[in-house]
Amino acid sequence: MLAALFFGFAALLVVTSLMVVLHKNPVASALFLVLAFCSLAGIYLLLHAEFLGMVQIVVYAGAIMVLFLFVIMYLNLQHDVETGLQIAVRRGIGWLAGAALVLTGAALLRRGWALGPANDSVPGMESGNVAAVGRVLYSRYLFPFEITSILLLVAMVGVIVIARGRSRSARDGA
Amino acid sequence: MAALWSIPAVQTATWALVKVLIILNAMLGLVSYLIYAERKICGHIQARTGPNRVGPLGLLQPIADVLKLLFKEEFIPASANKVIFHIAPILAVFPAIVTFSVIPMGPPPMFVVTDINVGLLLFLAMSSLGVYAITLGGWASNNKYALLGGLRSSAQMISYELAMGLSTIPVLLKAGTMSLVGIVQAQAGTYRIPQTPLSLPNWGIFHWYLILPFVIFMITAFAETNRAPFDLPEAEGELVAGFHTEYSSMKWALFFLGEYMNMIVISSIAVTLFLGGWHGPGPAWMGLVWYLAKLMALMFFFIWVRWTFPRLRYDQLMGFGWKVLLPASIGNVLIAAVWLFASRAA
Repeated sequence: MLAALFFGFAALLVVTSLMVVLHKNPVASALFLVLAFCSLAGIYLLLHAEFLGMVQIVVYAGAIMVLFLFVIMYLNLQHDVETGLQIAVRRGIGWLAGAALVLTGAALLRRGWALGPANDSVPGMESGNVAAVGRVLYSRYLFPFEITSILLLVAMVGVIVIARGRSRSARDGA
Repeated sequence: MAALWSIPAVQTATWALVKVLIILNAMLGLVSYLIYAERKICGHIQARTGPNRVGPLGLLQPIADVLKLLFKEEFIPASANKVIFHIAPILAVFPAIVTFSVIPMGPPPMFVVTDINVGLLLFLAMSSLGVYAITLGGWASNNKYALLGGLRSSAQMISYELAMGLSTIPVLLKAGTMSLVGIVQAQAGTYRIPQTPLSLPNWGIFHWYLILPFVIFMITAFAETNRAPFDLPEAEGELVAGFHTEYSSMKWALFFLGEYMNMIVISSIAVTLFLGGWHGPGPAWMGLVWYLAKLMALMFFFIWVRWTFPRLRYDQLMGFGWKVLLPASIGNVLIAAVWLFASRAA
C-alpha cells in the first residue's frame, strides 16, 4: 500500500517536474509546477510530516505559484525567444547543474533509502507533529528562524519602497 | 469475502467510501435546495414571492434548473486555451469536496470520514487552491472582462486568506490541537462565568477572546467564497459576469456548484471552530441534527447578507483586508495567547 502510494507520487513528481521544463506554454509549465508541489506534499505525508505537507500546499501551491501565474499571465508570453546569456553558455551551465544533481542523487541513493519514515518513532507520531515542529523551531532552531524572519521583513520593506517610489515618480511626472 | 472483510484496512476503506458517496450526494441535493432557498429568500427580501410555479411552492424548481443547464448548448470561444478552459470548472468543485472529508458532522467515528491531526491545515490548503479555478477560468477564456475578474479574485483571495488563517489561531491555542474532531471535543460541556451563577456552553463563540476571530472569520468567508458584499470578481456592472463570462451550460454550473459547496464548507468550518460543532442538548445521535441546524443558520446568514448589502469598491476591499482585518487578527492572536497563558498559569 505504502509502496504503491510512494511510487505513484514519485512518478507524478518526476513527470510533472519534467513537464515544467519541457512544456512550451509558460502557463501550463506553472500549472505542472503546482502539480509537482502537490505530489511532493503527498510524499511528505507518507513520511509522517503532515505539517510540512500541508504547509507545502498552502505556501507554495496556494500563494507563491498564484503570484507566479499572475506575472506570467500579465506578461502574456507568446513566444519563447529570450535574450540574455548566449545559448552555448546556457547549455554549459545546464549540463553542469544537471551533472551535480545526478551525482547528489546517486550519493543519496547509496546511503540507503526507505519508502516510509526511516524509523518508527517519528516525534509526535500519535498527536501530530505540529507541536513537535513548533517546539523545535522556537528552541533549538530559534536563531535561524529569527534570521529568516528578518530576511523576509527586509524583503517586504524593499518591495514597499520600490512600489512606492515608482508610483510617486509616475505621479510627479504626470 | 468474510476473510477480506476481516482486514481492518478493508473495513475502514469501505466505510469511508460509503460515507463519501453519501456526502457527495447529500452535498449535491443540499446545493440545489440552497439555490432554491436563495431565490426564495431574495424574493421575499425584495417583496416578491420567488419561484412558485414548478411543483408545490416551487419545490421542483432546482430539478428544472439543472435540466435546463444540462441541455444548454456548450460554447467554447475560438481563441480560448481549450485544456485549461476545461480544467478550471473541475478545480472549482474539487477543493470543497476534499475538505468535506475532515469535517465532523456528528460524534466520531460515525459521522466523520477521516480524522487527521492537521484537519484545519487541510481546510486552509484547499481554500488556497480554490484561487486557481477562478484565475485560470478567467485567463483561459481569452476575454478582457474574464481576465480582469480572475486577477481581481486572486488578489482578493490571497489577501483575505491571511486574515482567515490568523483568525483560526486563537481557536487552536484554546483547543491545543489541529484536528477538527479534537477542536469540537474541546468545546464540550459548559463553563461558569466568573463571579456569577450563570453558565454558558463551552463553545468558542461564548469566550470573549474568540468573538472577534469569529467576526473576522465570517467576513473573510464572504471574501473567500466571492459572495456579496465581496463579489468583485463578478461585479456585473463593470465586468459583465467576471471570470465566468465565457462559460455556459454545465461548465458554468460547475462554477456555481463550487461557489455553493464552498459556502457549505466554510460555514461547516465556522460551526466546527466557533459554534461547538455537533454539541447541543439531547442524545448523541442528535449531534448530526445540531450540526445541520447551525449550518443552516449560517447559510441563511450568507444569503441574507448577499441581498441586503451593497458591493464594496475594489480599493475599499483591499484597504479593509490589509489595514483592518489583518492587524485586528494579529492583535487578537496576541491578546488570546497572553490571556490563555495567564489563565492557565493561575
